[in-house]
Amino acid sequence: MSQTLENRAKPDAKTQLDIYRRMIRIERNDDATRTQIRRGRITAPYYSARGQECIPSAISVLLNNDDKICTIYRGIHDMVAKDMPLRPLWAEICGRVDGTCKGKGGPMHLTHPETGVMVTTGIVGSSMPIANGFGWAALLDGTKQVTVAYFGDGASNIGAFHEALNLASVWKLPVIFVCQNNGFAEHTRYENGTSVDQISKRAIGYGMPGYTVDGNDPVDVYAHAHAAIERARAGEGPTLLECKTFRFMGHVFGDADGYMTKEEKAEAMAKDPLPIYRQKLIDDGIATAEELDALTAKIEAEVNDAIEFAMACEFPSDDELRRDVFAEEIPA
Amino acid sequence: MSTDTLETTTVETVKMNGLQAINAALMEAMEADPKVLVLGEDIADNEGGGVVGVTRGLSTKFGTMRVRSTPISEQAIIGAAIGAAMGGYKPVAEIMLMNFTTVAMDMIVNHAAKLRFMSGGQSQVPMVIRTLTGAGNQTAGQHADFYEAWFCHTAGIKVVIPWTPADFKGLYLSAIQDPDPVIIVESGKTLFVPMDVPVNQGPIPLGKANVVAPGSDITIVSYGQMMFTVMQAYEELTKAGVSVEVVDLRTISPWDKETVLASAEKTGRLLVVHEAGRNFGPGAEIAATVQETLFGKLKAPVGRLGAPYCSVPFAKKLEDAFLVQPPEIIAEAQRLVAMG
Repeated sequence: MSQTLENRAKPDAKTQLDIYRRMIRIERNDDATRTQIRRGRITAPYYSARGQECIPSAISVLLNNDDKICTIYRGIHDMVAKDMPLRPLWAEICGRVDGTCKGKGGPMHLTHPETGVMVTTGIVGSSMPIANGFGWAALLDGTKQVTVAYFGDGASNIGAFHEALNLASVWKLPVIFVCQNNGFAEHTRYENGTSVDQISKRAIGYGMPGYTVDGNDPVDVYAHAHAAIERARAGEGPTLLECKTFRFMGHVFGDADGYMTKEEKAEAMAKDPLPIYRQKLIDDGIATAEELDALTAKIEAEVNDAIEFAMACEFPSDDELRRDVFAEEIPA
Repeated sequence: MSTDTLETTTVETVKMNGLQAINAALMEAMEADPKVLVLGEDIADNEGGGVVGVTRGLSTKFGTMRVRSTPISEQAIIGAAIGAAMGGYKPVAEIMLMNFTTVAMDMIVNHAAKLRFMSGGQSQVPMVIRTLTGAGNQTAGQHADFYEAWFCHTAGIKVVIPWTPADFKGLYLSAIQDPDPVIIVESGKTLFVPMDVPVNQGPIPLGKANVVAPGSDITIVSYGQMMFTVMQAYEELTKAGVSVEVVDLRTISPWDKETVLASAEKTGRLLVVHEAGRNFGPGAEIAATVQETLFGKLKAPVGRLGAPYCSVPFAKKLEDAFLVQPPEIIAEAQRLVAMG
């Protein structure tokens, strides 16, 4: 069994609304990305995180701007949750020079240190060993800064996961390992690739707390992330959080989901965290439908502004091939 | 360490081997800059101060938060170094043997080397990877390879393979302060042969070759412990009346084209010798560049000597045959000189 958390922190009304704001920002941004790809306005590999919005949103409300995240190719939701500005984000996924990486990274490799988005890797599992380094730096600096390493369920089977969790535990690093378990490693079903029924059980082998949480429930994710972040800030070491969720759009844009049944997908989509959470906020009197609609409209405007900004930006010049290989530019 | 008093030069030197020189460089760098860190398997004094003692004394002096022994987890070692480097530190990560870099290749190639470029210059990864290798001690096929060509082929990481203790000191001092990742290869013999090192040996710039001996008939380019073999051949060739210019490349990527081209143009003949495999080895890149640039000015095609296309063997007899030996260098140099 996954461990059970004793003292569960609860998000107050303002925080709950902030979680929703981040979730809807992710969802609207994702929807717009897929639309732009379908319309042929962008050509890019895109790994939608539709369905996984709750996880980074409920975690990010607990993070400060200088707390860091290391994420993966399915990670734009993690960045949007961390409040990365959308204009440079869109310019990057459009391959423009005003992108966060001057168009040299693309949607799989966005980097934005100002909001703590330090590394976005396209290699399964590789966010974790690097997150440890930020953790070590924070200990040396004597700050309370934490680093969140996001990864998927498939990544818990690669060596980097095991090496990183072991080292983080031995060194008591302020790192939170967040597995977004969406049930599929690319096209392989969880149970066909993973030896345990809960990834959180692997935490036992590395001497750290491990929790399996409902990744579609903001309150559950918040409570566990709160405990993990407090533990890290207190110098007590890392935590493994397994957040159970589902990805609605398959592995990569254009994926026909041939490896799952229609019923299974329908059942998962019935648990879509967005409408459920929206209704809960209304039912609990935290916001009215009108207020939430207004929020959505505001976010849609932000997304549209970012898209039009990005489309108007220049492509990088060919000189960029000689820049940033090393600090010193390579002579022409 | 003893101080030699030299009558003929004004530079005061000490005799030390490569191991001591690297240790001195790390001590100096850590003393001068609190951001310098050291990590790797068995590197702290509790674990013996490194497999051959290169890092001895560091953890006692600077503490185990800055000088950290790690589990046998090469991906975790390089990953931690990358994150710490991006977090404002200057880590020196030891991968005990160069063959073990293979299990950390993702971290080195996909991340350390590329993050600056892929982030459009936002990410800086100022780290050094120290690693030991070299045939000659019957350690066979998984403990002795020279894989520098792999790293030279990866844009974004510098590759340094020193020969002399003075170069170790100077190149380490530069590498640690370099804003980009650098891999420094310590090849077996280079750690243990004492030579003179200037007492105040300061940083030696990366990317600069060293003309070890001037000559006019042929240029021989080499690096690392192969330089010992080249110098033996040099002595014999000199006795035989062949005037050899010996260039120690020191940095393999980015390499000092200017010095090598100038020397090859002057002598008209070039022989590249390395311990790495001859097929697709660094010698191929050097030969191609020199021939592209100096076609028509050369008196002979560029020669290349390196290991045969096989794994490093165990049996001493085979290992000796695997390694380039002085007679091969002498014969190849004489063949090139005889061509015109």
